[in-house]
Amino acid sequence: MSTPSSTKIGGHSNGFGVSAKRREDPAFLKGEGQFVDDIHLPNMLHATFVRSPYAHARIGAIDTSAALALPGVHAVITYADLPESIRSQTLPLLVPHPSIKQVRLPYALAKDEVCYAGESVACVVAENRYIAEDAAQLVMVDYEPLPAANDCRAALNADAPLAHHGATDNIAARFPVKVGDTDRAFAAAAHVFKETIFQHRGGPFFMECRGAIAQYDPATTAYILHVSSQGSHRIKRSMLDLFDLGDHQLRVITPDVGGGFGPKGSFYPEYINIAVASRLLGRPVKWIEDRRENFLATHQERDQYWDMEIAVDDQAKILGVRGQLIHETGAYVPWGIVLPWITATTVPGPYVIPNFKLDVWSVYTNKIQTTPVRGAGRPEAVTTMERLMDRVAHELKLDRAEVRRRNFIQPEQMPYQVGIIFRDGRPVTYDSGDYPACQAAALKAADYAQFAERQTAARASGRYLGIGFANAVEATGLGPYESATIRVSTTGKIVIYTGATPQGQSHKTTLAQIASDQLGVDYRDIAVVTSDTATVALGIGSFAARTAVNAGSSVHLAAQAVAEKAKVFAATMMECAIDDLELADGYVRLKSAPDVRKSLREIAVKSIGMPGFSMAGGPSPGLEHTAHFTPDQAVYSNGTHVAEVEVDLATGAVAILRYTVAHDCGRVINPMVVDGQIIGGVAHGIGNALYERLFFDDNAQPLTTNFGEYLLPMATDVPQIDLVHLETPSPLNPLGIKGAGEGGTIPAIGAIIAAVEHALAPFNVHLNEAPISPQRIIELLVEQQFKQGTL
Amino acid sequence: MSNAIDQRSITITVNDKTLEATVETRLTLVDFLRHQLQLTGTHVGCEHGVCGACTVLVNGHSTRACLMLAVQCDGARIYTVESIAIDGELSILQQAFQDHHALQCGFCTPGILMTLTEFLRDNPNPREDEVRIALTGNLCRCTGYQGIVAATLDAAQRMQQLKS
Repeated sequence: MSTPSSTKIGGHSNGFGVSAKRREDPAFLKGEGQFVDDIHLPNMLHATFVRSPYAHARIGAIDTSAALALPGVHAVITYADLPESIRSQTLPLLVPHPSIKQVRLPYALAKDEVCYAGESVACVVAENRYIAEDAAQLVMVDYEPLPAANDCRAALNADAPLAHHGATDNIAARFPVKVGDTDRAFAAAAHVFKETIFQHRGGPFFMECRGAIAQYDPATTAYILHVSSQGSHRIKRSMLDLFDLGDHQLRVITPDVGGGFGPKGSFYPEYINIAVASRLLGRPVKWIEDRRENFLATHQERDQYWDMEIAVDDQAKILGVRGQLIHETGAYVPWGIVLPWITATTVPGPYVIPNFKLDVWSVYTNKIQTTPVRGAGRPEAVTTMERLMDRVAHELKLDRAEVRRRNFIQPEQMPYQVGIIFRDGRPVTYDSGDYPACQAAALKAADYAQFAERQTAARASGRYLGIGFANAVEATGLGPYESATIRVSTTGKIVIYTGATPQGQSHKTTLAQIASDQLGVDYRDIAVVTSDTATVALGIGSFAARTAVNAGSSVHLAAQAVAEKAKVFAATMMECAIDDLELADGYVRLKSAPDVRKSLREIAVKSIGMPGFSMAGGPSPGLEHTAHFTPDQAVYSNGTHVAEVEVDLATGAVAILRYTVAHDCGRVINPMVVDGQIIGGVAHGIGNALYERLFFDDNAQPLTTNFGEYLLPMATDVPQIDLVHLETPSPLNPLGIKGAGEGGTIPAIGAIIAAVEHALAPFNVHLNEAPISPQRIIELLVEQQFKQGTL
Repeated sequence: MSNAIDQRSITITVNDKTLEATVETRLTLVDFLRHQLQLTGTHVGCEHGVCGACTVLVNGHSTRACLMLAVQCDGARIYTVESIAIDGELSILQQAFQDHHALQCGFCTPGILMTLTEFLRDNPNPREDEVRIALTGNLCRCTGYQGIVAATLDAAQRMQQLKS
């Protein structure tokens, strides 16, 4: 669709559509970033936490006397020491849903039971972190270990240990996702194929661990919380409930954030405890998570078990997909069923699936809770669907690309109703996109047509190459809104305040670029202040690939309004018609005579009025505007990834030789930034496909608690990523944009697993799991050799 | 456990400034730099020597400041990320990082810059695979390394041009 004529895009030299250099960079490059641990408040104390060594235990007496006796220790707080309002409430259920059968949520400190290893039991506050950690070891807790639920599938067995004492079973929620009549479709199908798939995704593993500083001011009876988060406003709301405070009694500020990837958008017990401690001690209290705590107590994504069937006709056209998904929620359900719901509704992807049924179980285990990590359950859905498509191709002896081509939703079918309901309660309706073109572009760029030749040549020298690909459609830009206030101060300086909360996504550059088009100034002359609850009343935060759409649109609307208002004031000042005016270089000027002008500074001064002089009948005072763009529904990005790999048969090692992405996220604000998001997202997907796995023993005790045991992709593991851009503007927002933050990760696992399987095709190795390690590849090869009697 | 905290005096040169300090013997170099000298550009990412966010130069060698004690640096010459810019202006390497979008959240960046400062000093004309191997001591979760590799190769070239 074309852009509305009133919308000016790309009007400024560094505005929309330009790879403008990031204004965030100079400070970060010089070591002048302000991450939460870089903030030092006078008189500050330091907190650490006593954490459960057991995955499941009842708590008896807690003896804090030895810890309190240690010089330099100021407080040891247990559940019993918390204020009444905090003792009487668990942490909040952020997204309730009727299918949640048992709501289990933690207290700020464990009350009488711990449900995962790492759950916080006591908060120790001391002069410095070293003393606090010494003291934490002196806190004596009587634990009575209980049997632990470790595996989410086994946890459904009748005799399984219960994750929560006194529960009837381990089922958190069960819900169906349904389209059409799968039973009838399957009964009439020419072919039905069944796949059982296990998928595991690890944690976010941002480089900056979590952290916060709480400061209580008795003079104003108010708190300030500096926190490394993905959204200050939602943290504020949770804190207000727990502390029973008014809006004026808490300010939450998110400074520079060293990566978030989803779990920094959650609300955590530590924030509550340091605020309690600050009030108790009358001093600011800082808590910085260490990496071991990060492995224990920051949300992860982990396990899903899939039992799936696909029904196709003799032309490989999909008639139906059905099955069961068992999803691990861990010890609690802070985000309700958001994660499995996103997974379930992402399965159909770019394909016409007239009949679809998924029986989804969300199951408690005694491990840290699972909440969205970059991709938010979508990579698992895509991997599952693409495994089914590859299976169809294999069984019907068709090219894998051809099977997909026969099943794509066509661009002329847009907007396309998938037939299922998304987590925003709206029918899943794809707004726009050209899926056949996207796959074609990716395969062309990856030179798919010539792959067989490359493979044959490699085989001649004993090397095993494979190629695999995956298609994904991603709901992005979810509402409800993001806030943006644009204000021109009486010095003429412009600032954008927003609830958006960057963690590396470059909002301070891209949002300024959007505003610069309307305001006629360079983006470097527009300050962007993010995620401070004192600057804008409302905010949601940055996650779910939502900020470009929501905050971007709000900034655009606010900038348009401020520009219009500047013209209204200027027209009065200059005694001319509004339509004769334009904004450029910090002035409102006559189009016909650019030298006749008023500066934004003069207009801003005029706009605030003078004591005693009426402004009745004119525009509202102040050269500012607040906008909350409220999208009607999600907008859908899409992409195709192609991975070409070599598998070393002797070691099981996988090398990615070539990686191609074709991606459509609508109109692009800053191409350099979008490329960076996609490439970084692919790296995350490579980790999920080949390296990252959290291991637990049978008692749900974590076995991977450092970066020696849990492997993140290194510079030698991530290849050059080749990008192809398609641009189908969304008709659902004024700038035609769609989210780009997660699309790099979502199809990556499916593409890589398919490529590895393809490389191992001569040995009949079938992959139905992710991640896949070298050890596992050797196991599967040996298994096949054993079956074929060649071992 | 003894409550008596052992302290020592050290003399240390940080970013060309020589100073004397009293440090607890158990204080890590990174905590000393960050909290005692307020040089917060050096970051703490894992505290077990894998992520490389805390990398500084100690007597010319890239070093994990989380695995070294401040007392071990008595008499040492340390350079941190704060030493790279020249009179507040970005160095060639830093400018190349901005030009190639080699950073997103910026948290791992100081450690990577210090690793590369040593690397480019010793390998003024590196190949891509050499750059990638040099970077294996630093983890970045945001960028996928592509921009970092491109920036390093570009910086090497710009430095060569400047010399010739």
